[in-house]
Amino acid sequence: MASDYEVILERLCAHLQRIAGPGTNIKPEANLIDELALDSMKVMNMVMEIEDEFDISIPINSLADVYTVEELARLIERLHPEI
Amino acid sequence: MNLLQKLEAQAAERKAMLPEGLHAFGIPIEEVYSATEARIENRRVLFLGTNNYLGLTFAPECLEAAHRAIDQAGTGTTGSRMANGNYAGHRALELEITEFFGGRSTIVFTTGYQANLGAISGLAGSGDVLLIDADSHASIYDGCRLSGADILRFRHNNAGDLDKRLRRLGERAQNTLVIVEGLYSMLGDRAPLRDIVEVKNRYGSLLLVDEAHSLGVLGEQGRGLVEEAGVLDQVDFITGTFSKSLGSIGGYCVSKHPQLDELRYISRPYIFTASSSPAIIESTRAALRLLRDGTDLRRQLWDNITRLYSRLQALGYSLGAEPGPIIAAIVDTPGEALEIWKGLLERGIYVNLILPPAAPDNRALVRCSISAAHTPEQIDRVCEAFAELRELTV
Repeated sequence: MASDYEVILERLCAHLQRIAGPGTNIKPEANLIDELALDSMKVMNMVMEIEDEFDISIPINSLADVYTVEELARLIERLHPEI
Repeated sequence: MNLLQKLEAQAAERKAMLPEGLHAFGIPIEEVYSATEARIENRRVLFLGTNNYLGLTFAPECLEAAHRAIDQAGTGTTGSRMANGNYAGHRALELEITEFFGGRSTIVFTTGYQANLGAISGLAGSGDVLLIDADSHASIYDGCRLSGADILRFRHNNAGDLDKRLRRLGERAQNTLVIVEGLYSMLGDRAPLRDIVEVKNRYGSLLLVDEAHSLGVLGEQGRGLVEEAGVLDQVDFITGTFSKSLGSIGGYCVSKHPQLDELRYISRPYIFTASSSPAIIESTRAALRLLRDGTDLRRQLWDNITRLYSRLQALGYSLGAEPGPIIAAIVDTPGEALEIWKGLLERGIYVNLILPPAAPDNRALVRCSISAAHTPEQIDRVCEAFAELRELTV
């Protein structure tokens, strides 16, 4: 059975795929800004969508140490451990 | 890449978007002739990109008050309000703003930017929540960062989205400050304030409305969207600036809550800066009197707004959703916006050029700001220029 983190990562990657487009390879270690070409505004807007998808609140100040897809997944796991 | 190399890289990026020598940002103004005209290089230019909504920068009452203040109190205070910079004029202006809004406390800040920085960072701190409209001004974002509170965003002008995010917060909603603007500076659209007030009341949150662009413009007495929407008594904090409809520089936070006064002892942007010069304070006080009694100025402003908005709409320009003192022509690419901006300047008209990421949806804006001081003939001249440039966007 998949762990909570794996479930979150899978849903997050599917979400990022929709934003980044079909040609982009979404890997857990991918850097959100450098590799997925998301600027800070796109990241903040994406956070609102992720908040809705997981029904959680993600303060944008908590993104200061988030650079990669897996770091974002860990943050979501921390904010919503019941998933 | 070291610090200086980073700056060089940024400069290269900027120059790739905007050719050097064009001065689209920070254009040198050589002489100012009036509230609506100035000289740029050797050309007399009509100002259509200022925030001088009531045209008060040359009002005789304001000029006289400023001159008198310089003669009586000197050119500057040379100190913070916490130390030697707390003059009678500063205190009188605070009382007059309190009275104007029917509040219980007002704090005057040295700039409008600092008003948001100082109010927001003083009101909320670690463990609290700031829930802001996604299209908020940079001063709101910066104030939020300075506060140390958790920062959440809701979708622009969407009270339903605000409701959903407050619900998620549970009991924390009661430690939440919701922040919106009366009039948004990019497209000139207004907040759905009644709906937002209803939502924040239901969750027991507090609400701050930044009326930077709506003071003097909206409401029978010019008190902004809070007055127009009939919710003045239900809004907790109002911030604003002196550098738009009041024609000087500075800012304020006014509240029905007397606890606002405590910010004088904890708000760093209030404490660690010199207070406004006496001339600024006195011209602002004179301008506030003109704004309060400015029904005719507002009528003139709105006549000009209607004239320009309807003509640009008829020409087929894509505009912000509702007429207001900010009328932005929305174009698809920065290149198109730049061509229109250049074309207007060649015809002696200065407007603001707004490029991504400041412009929404990765598009670009040619932003006009209207003044009560514009004459109908000046507005007609602008319309003619836009008509000549229409083909650039087709």
